[in-house]
Amino acid sequence: MPDPRYAIAAVLVAAAVTWALRALPFAALAPLRESGTVQYLGTRVPAGVMVILVVYCLHDLPVTEARAAAPLAALAVTVALHLWRRNALLSILGGTAVHVTLASTVFAH
Amino acid sequence: MIPLGLAFGTLVVQSGLDWWWAGLSAALIYGGSFEFLLIGMVTAAAPLVSIAVAAFLVNARHVFYALSFPLHRVRGRLGKTYSTFALTDEAYALTSTEHSRSWSSPRILWVQLFMHLYWAGSATAGALLGALVPDSVTGLDCALTALFTVLALDAIRDLHGDVPTLVLAPLSAVAARLVFPDQMLLAAFALFTTGLLARHLATGRKHRHA
Repeated sequence: MPDPRYAIAAVLVAAAVTWALRALPFAALAPLRESGTVQYLGTRVPAGVMVILVVYCLHDLPVTEARAAAPLAALAVTVALHLWRRNALLSILGGTAVHVTLASTVFAH
Repeated sequence: MIPLGLAFGTLVVQSGLDWWWAGLSAALIYGGSFEFLLIGMVTAAAPLVSIAVAAFLVNARHVFYALSFPLHRVRGRLGKTYSTFALTDEAYALTSTEHSRSWSSPRILWVQLFMHLYWAGSATAGALLGALVPDSVTGLDCALTALFTVLALDAIRDLHGDVPTLVLAPLSAVAARLVFPDQMLLAAFALFTTGLLARHLATGRKHRHA
């Protein structure tokens, strides 16, 4: 456990930034609701951010090693489940279960 | 949400943090995806400035929720304050549909409060139960990748086949990884937003000429 004061400060900083992002735009964006550029970004940024975050999560993947197969298999299972059933919980649990199983058994080190 | 909270709490204690930290994070930040990322940053003792920047980037998407979240239907200053605090992806998804257009102020607030309690409760429970999970069971961190994958697939469906955006996002991420490996997230978001704006300006001009 790192210094508890630091761990608490980290939570407070993240909480303040998150709340600001959720609350301030109601004042700032009100005049911009009709703006074409804001609407253009509003429909495209969420998808792009999520795709970037998926790549970010995989960015230290050891692509030249066999154990890279575990996260890739989990990703494939998550995508397949989600396209099939559109049930977020099922997709996340399925993908995570595959990863935990592979990482804890076949690719355990 | 509850299984994700349990996974979050378990991951917190597996990463060597105390159980109460899971509950504190879940109750105060109340933004699942960033909380998962924060575990890694806190165990790596990342500077608070980096944490603020990362929180800003990961949660910046919330800015766009203000465009359509029905805050005007929530009454009272306290109610509005809490409603913005608890404006998560899930809360937005539930309250901004056609189906929920008739929801009253108390109904919106109760939905938000219950989701908040579920998240904080399951995170704390996961942290307390997590101590029972043997150390040989690893790979729970994958829940974060799976969460983002699911959110990405749902958001992609809302793009209605806008292929250039789908190409631009991973390209930005890979370019940022190669050119700015230490600031990958920041660089990727900046590249992506710049690319979108450039495309918007370019297509807007074309339409005006047409």
